[in-house]
Amino acid sequence: MTAPDGPDELETQFAQWRHYVQRRPELRQSDSEELEDHLRASVDELVAAGLRADEAFLIAVKRMGRLDDLAREFAREHSERLWKQLVLTGDTDGRGAGIRSRRDLLVMVICAAGAAVSIKVPELFGMSLDADGAFYGPNFALFALPWLAAFLAWRRQAKPALIGVLLALFALGAVAANAYPLADDSQSLILTAIHLPIALWLVVGLAYVADDLRSSRRRMDFIRFTGEWFVYFVLLALGGGVLTAFMAGTFQAIGIVPEDFIEQWLVPCGVVAAVVVAGWLVEAKQSVVENIAPVLTRLFTPLFTAVLLAFLVALVWTSAGIDVEREALILFDLLLVVVLGLLLYSISARDPLAPPGLFDKLQLALVVSALVIDVLVLREITHRITEYGTTPNKAAALGENVILLANLAWSAWLILGFVRRRTPFAAIERWQTGYLPVYAAWSWIVVLLFPPLFGYL
Amino acid sequence: MRVTKDLVAASATPMVLGILADGESYGYAILRRINELSGGELDWTEGLLYPLLHRLERLGHVESSWQSVAGERRRKYYRITSSGLAELAEQRRQWDTVVNALKEIWPGDVRRLTAIPLEGPA
Repeated sequence: MTAPDGPDELETQFAQWRHYVQRRPELRQSDSEELEDHLRASVDELVAAGLRADEAFLIAVKRMGRLDDLAREFAREHSERLWKQLVLTGDTDGRGAGIRSRRDLLVMVICAAGAAVSIKVPELFGMSLDADGAFYGPNFALFALPWLAAFLAWRRQAKPALIGVLLALFALGAVAANAYPLADDSQSLILTAIHLPIALWLVVGLAYVADDLRSSRRRMDFIRFTGEWFVYFVLLALGGGVLTAFMAGTFQAIGIVPEDFIEQWLVPCGVVAAVVVAGWLVEAKQSVVENIAPVLTRLFTPLFTAVLLAFLVALVWTSAGIDVEREALILFDLLLVVVLGLLLYSISARDPLAPPGLFDKLQLALVVSALVIDVLVLREITHRITEYGTTPNKAAALGENVILLANLAWSAWLILGFVRRRTPFAAIERWQTGYLPVYAAWSWIVVLLFPPLFGYL
Repeated sequence: MRVTKDLVAASATPMVLGILADGESYGYAILRRINELSGGELDWTEGLLYPLLHRLERLGHVESSWQSVAGERRRKYYRITSSGLAELAEQRRQWDTVVNALKEIWPGDVRRLTAIPLEGPA
């Protein structure tokens, strides 16, 4: 016979109960402690009345009522708890987490301040934000992204070798932005200003996946990070805009015109600092708020599909050719980027084990219609290029188009296989994450090779 | 006889404040005291008591502190504040009004009232 080992068994039951209570978002640590004290007092009294410990526990729990009801009552008083809050000081539960988030905050502030200072450093050497657009344009990303990468590398405790690689790549970026003798109005300068941030962003990605470079899951996390970072950056920009407007208005009311301060300090320093702050926010709130980029994707995928299909129908109906000017080419490039973004963010939020559904078919329709449109555009463009020769702009736009087309075409094939239950979902995910280095390689090619290739045009 | 939920809810605040006016106390003891005072007729749940205590704390009528009791266990004690005492006085004035009015409406003993429905079906 096994003798009931009273106290130990009771403790296990309490631990189990505590575990259930703590899973409730409505109930905080302090609530569960308070309720546990109540339960223990109740058990003690029943034991004193002559019951066995396990019986007493059962009755005490039963008296407390169903946890659902209890939690609902708590939720009525503490409705704010269902809105998970991002507490900047992180002082609520768990000491260890609190210390860590405070240290994160400190490093973030240092990095953001570093970014804000670094953008003003060139002024010591006679540069000015107004006059030297040709310097600041291509270099802008170099004032912000290294700091974000530094924050991430610190947070991931990147190995020295990786830090060396990061530094080398940022140095290479600096060389690419400044070494070539480009005229202030050259096409290559603008191309560098567009492509260097992309190349450097993927270097930031390298810092992000520092703990596991090869892992497809980590790369997917970086894609999620990118989407959320963008959302936060836009929100910060909106807030900053309101701040700037009030600052300009209020100071003007007392006869001080802060225009110079706003243009020379507030906006440039604010933007580069916001790059770091947005990155920190994504890291800090990862599990606090539901990710917003996938929600936007869900809303806009059907709408974009409808627009693209309508465009195709109209194209066939009117049998008009596409007027391919340079702007149109860029527009269609952007269209592919948007479609790719919609695809990426719905992949990033999808449960890999869920069976294919209506949304996947919708996505297939979206990708295929984008592909059809793009093929039509491409045909026009190659025609144009063979006729009039090429420029850096056209070559870059064409290259991007081909890269995106290849990605989407293979994605469409994989989604088709998935919808027909031939390929697993993981294949789509792996394809997208495996494709990231292609973007990096292309941006570096544009930045490093295009200027000499096209005679610094 | 069970007191209806609405009545329990309405009388909960003055009861808790009244008990705490006698000295600081904690959740389980408050519940026991109410049970005792009502002869077991008032059936309070934890889901009623603790959110109520938290609400009173938020409104500043009570304040709480964690104290260690006999063993190693920590217990959350509640203490009434001056604003809580004022609230109690106000609630008491309102309840007096209600009780007095009811006494006017129901003069004499209660048995006469309970007897009426029993005669009905016969």
